[in-house]
Amino acid sequence: MAAFTSVTRRQFIKLTGMGSSALILGFAAPWACAKNGETNLEDAVFEPNAWVKITSDDTITVYMPRSEMGQKVWTALPMILADELEADWSKVKVTQGHLNEAYGNQTTGGSKSVRTNYDALRKAGATAREMLITAAAHTWGVPRTECRAENNQIIHSPTGKKLSYGELVPATTDVPVPENAPLKDPKDFKIIGRSLKSIDTAFKVDGSLDFGWDRQESNMRTVVISRSPVLGGKVASYDASQARQLEGVEKVFEIPTSIAVVARDTWSAIQGRRQLKIDWDLGDNAKLDSKAISAELHKNLDSPKETLRQDGNPDTARRKANQVFQATFELPYLDHAPMEPMNCTAFIHNDVCEVWAPTQNPGAAFRVTQEITGFDDAQIHVYTDRMGGGFGRRLQADFVADAVAVAQQVDAPVKVIRTRDEDIQNGFYRPASVHRVEGALGKDGFPTVWTHRVSGPVPWHGLYTGGAAELAYDIPNQRIDYAAAEIPVPVGAWRSVAHTQTAFVNECWIDELAEEAGMDPVEYRRKLLKHHPRHLGVVDLVAEKAGWGKSLPTGHAQGVAVHFSYYSWAAVVAEVSLDAQSNLKIHRMDCAVDCGTVINPDGVAAQVEGGVTLALTAALYGEISLKNGRVQQSNFHNYRLLTMADSPVIHTHIVKSTEKPTGIGEPPVPPTPPALVNAIARLTGNRIYRLPIPQPLA
Amino acid sequence: MAQIKFKVNGKSTSVRVDPDTPLLWVLRDHLQLTGTKYSCGMGICGCCTVHLDGKATRSCITPVSAVAGKAVTTIEGLGKEGLHPLQKAWIDDDVPQCGYCQPGQIMTAAELLAEHPNPTDEEIDTAMDGALCRCGTYQRIRNAIHKAAKEL
Repeated sequence: MAAFTSVTRRQFIKLTGMGSSALILGFAAPWACAKNGETNLEDAVFEPNAWVKITSDDTITVYMPRSEMGQKVWTALPMILADELEADWSKVKVTQGHLNEAYGNQTTGGSKSVRTNYDALRKAGATAREMLITAAAHTWGVPRTECRAENNQIIHSPTGKKLSYGELVPATTDVPVPENAPLKDPKDFKIIGRSLKSIDTAFKVDGSLDFGWDRQESNMRTVVISRSPVLGGKVASYDASQARQLEGVEKVFEIPTSIAVVARDTWSAIQGRRQLKIDWDLGDNAKLDSKAISAELHKNLDSPKETLRQDGNPDTARRKANQVFQATFELPYLDHAPMEPMNCTAFIHNDVCEVWAPTQNPGAAFRVTQEITGFDDAQIHVYTDRMGGGFGRRLQADFVADAVAVAQQVDAPVKVIRTRDEDIQNGFYRPASVHRVEGALGKDGFPTVWTHRVSGPVPWHGLYTGGAAELAYDIPNQRIDYAAAEIPVPVGAWRSVAHTQTAFVNECWIDELAEEAGMDPVEYRRKLLKHHPRHLGVVDLVAEKAGWGKSLPTGHAQGVAVHFSYYSWAAVVAEVSLDAQSNLKIHRMDCAVDCGTVINPDGVAAQVEGGVTLALTAALYGEISLKNGRVQQSNFHNYRLLTMADSPVIHTHIVKSTEKPTGIGEPPVPPTPPALVNAIARLTGNRIYRLPIPQPLA
Repeated sequence: MAQIKFKVNGKSTSVRVDPDTPLLWVLRDHLQLTGTKYSCGMGICGCCTVHLDGKATRSCITPVSAVAGKAVTTIEGLGKEGLHPLQKAWIDDDVPQCGYCQPGQIMTAAELLAEHPNPTDEEIDTAMDGALCRCGTYQRIRNAIHKAAKEL
């Protein structure tokens, strides 16, 4: 942990430009680059820490430099600070911390908001608490050792005198910032570990919470864009004469690769776009086709580029084996499809560019704005708007680039929105991948050889290999390598990134090897994980809670999978059956997680429910396919989401732990599809090697 | 362009728009009632659900001309006196994640409870079938509907 910046409170006030009626604390600490279980989304050397403001009305305001998109960091992060501060939770408020160098990297991704801010938030809360104790001791003229913090007030223990935090604000003026405020013993936590309700739910049930789509600026125009039907195509020529005749349409012009329609309202903009006549220069991508991409990925399996891990000598061991098992897995491109499509509002005026972006990555929004405008840092203001889902899609800044490019040609704030078809057809997709695996078994039935070659569509292999080389199973001879093509379909991080592919392959394949060995899949994993206690912890917990090995209703079967990602362990058991028409019915999903110290157990359960649901949707329906360079899916009728009727009951089981908190937004995702497919294999005897699962099942 | 009169959340209103304009955009752009959300534009996801004379209706595919003389209720006007029991149950069970689909979920559930004050799981599944959530809040929604039914 880093030392605190040595800044007095007066300096803080000066630095932040706040008046004397508020106590504000801010800290910054070096950021450690993550290693295991994480695909780094971008290089970063600094992480934000907490900012807290206490006002004389006794309100505690926590500035939240991370983005909220449903993962409940607006609740979890302030809980950490509030506990150390001995705050009254009902007096804690949260405000979005917009892009600010003081926060360091503000990317929200990699399930890192809690785990990378935990120490800093505790220290920020503890420091504030100690300063308030000092302020009270000064006020009363008593030793500070006689004072304690409790429930938003400082109490003088011998006399019972009390001053609220709000009342103490003026007395904090000359209190120095302590270098090493003591942290609470975790057994004394009062807020951490409680299932507190989300701090912002009330605004989500009455329509009052504004998302990016809801932004209203004075004199604002609404803009839609006509984009090339082929990925990467551009405008050859266009005729906007009919569009311009529509009453609500104000302007039509070209921006890089597409045509923008500026209107007084959304419907006019959409109608205007329909009236455009555009000749597209479709470019080479018009040849892109899913079948050809699949063939190329399969072909590349014979051209490995780099070995990521080699243990023992898999070639020798393979030659010695009596039988070598082989399989090829294939996974499709996936779109994120958050319920709120991409959008962004921008306004260029008086040599300033203001950007309101529902983004997971305000830093990228800033950079793209700077690239387009050429403005200096001080001329660009990026504000983070609330997101209707993200799942990694909003790490990109393409939608910000649209808004800034449009704003350059309009003397008013412009909100550039995407309709659903645009959103699905202009994604940054979870990459397609093809995987060849081999395995051989020793006399005891356990694997002696494991090879896994991943073939992916882009040079940035972390997007499809992450997690493959971190196989935890005790197998003496292993090789994990990859081949990389250069297919011009935009790709990006999708909730849990490469773990969606590698966990599927690892966990389906180990399950098949267990079957070949004639052993129970849970027992098989347990034996191979005997040196990995936290893997075992989640496997044992989920097996117990799901009733593994107990009798099931007739026609039901269970499947299991376990995976480590984002520093957390997750194991899933799926229970399924088939109806008379061979339609799959998923009855129940159990997920055990070990994410260290839990801040908010109900928040963890929500993330498990969300992760499992997103993963089931992908396993059952998820596929983005291309024909003639065009994405074939356009809306929820052909890019289906799980419905309530299809959703199983999801049970969350949390491993009790006092270890540091680790990720939870993503770890439940990777083991879910393989648990489902393994359950189907146990039910039908047929293994599935390609997602989405074909339905009805034969 | 046409002048169209209707009621929104109990108040008479009048807008001058292209009569083909979907009610969704009239609510959002002309009346600043942004609690009703756009997501699919095809009436298949439920985010834009409002009540039209008490019936759950997809405002993204309902031309405003079809609303003339009728009464529209949006999420902002659902609770007649304070929060509707569904909204309270939603808070109590901490249903939302991102929250974007939740106004539509609540409006869909409100029609269900108006017609089936004590719905079964199957009735809930059927009624809520076209209300999509990407975050995975379905089981909490179902529980919250049962909870609200007990309060009604």
